[in-house]
Amino acid sequence: MNVTNRVRENMDEITQLRLRKAIQNGLPLTEQPYLTLARELDLTEAQVMQTINDWQDDGLIKRFGLVVKHHNLGYKANAMVVWDIPADKVDEVGELLSLCGAVTLCYQRPRRLPEWSYNLFSMIHGQDRDTVLQQLADIVKENGLNGFKRDVLFSYKLFKQCGGQYVQPSCTERLENGQSFKEQSL
Amino acid sequence: MNLLQQQLIDAYQKGLPVCSRPYLEMANRLGTTEGEVIGALDELKTNGALSRVGPVFNHKKAGASTLAAMSVPEDELAAVAERVNAFEGVNHNYAREHKFNLWFVVTAPDQDQLQIALKEIELSGGYKVMSLPMVKSHFIDLGFKVKWQ
Repeated sequence: MNVTNRVRENMDEITQLRLRKAIQNGLPLTEQPYLTLARELDLTEAQVMQTINDWQDDGLIKRFGLVVKHHNLGYKANAMVVWDIPADKVDEVGELLSLCGAVTLCYQRPRRLPEWSYNLFSMIHGQDRDTVLQQLADIVKENGLNGFKRDVLFSYKLFKQCGGQYVQPSCTERLENGQSFKEQSL
Repeated sequence: MNLLQQQLIDAYQKGLPVCSRPYLEMANRLGTTEGEVIGALDELKTNGALSRVGPVFNHKKAGASTLAAMSVPEDELAAVAERVNAFEGVNHNYAREHKFNLWFVVTAPDQDQLQIALKEIELSGGYKVMSLPMVKSHFIDLGFKVKWQ
């Protein structure tokens, strides 16, 4: 039986959504956090643990652990570096960037011409602005990226930072009204 | 930031134990007590170094999400940001140095609801939203390597 079916067998869809909502802002800091969650959701501790393990196996959860806030760890400079890379090169450049130690995210996104011509996004977090710019200069040099147009968007104010709220109140309500929950890619 | 807190950040950005007493297992590995681990995590949350102890969802599987940007006059930025933040689906929101100066991530249970949220944010924010959904990821999230001073 594949993992997705195993999850379904262990827990119905509505309960899965309730569990996802319960953990999307973090586990309780109690001695038995999975038991605490189980009691809130009228489940067993074993069901909660099994489902979280299954979600890690099937990739719904890509990382399970401490989620830090860079800025409050002293990484005050946060640069989104965006690149305009031809279609036939973008995969290769994306792979190169993802291997650079300083790069903490690397995604392809669509252009929105004429106002937005960049199709590759990478993030560099550093202690200060000069460090980040130096790291970027090194990356450009080492990977021969000087021929590509790029821009650096430093952040200067953080208005909000929390976990993705994929499960929202409307979700469980809709399910209870008999509508199905769609798993959809972007 | 004490040594235990640094060790926790170094060791447990991934692979948090899934067992009855995970904080005890972490404590045993780091040579301390369960109470110390819980206290250290609690303090990290309170002082803002830690967002949470828990999952990072794969957003392609977890629902729909996008990176969105707005171009807002500087003197209105804080007010517009506040209106954008009022939406539950907005989970990151930064001012950045560019003509597009407000950047935020929007998540929703599915694509239809994401599109509705973007329209509502545009109406409430008062400026056009440019949506840039992920096309491809080149990155495996293993957590963030902190260089302790």
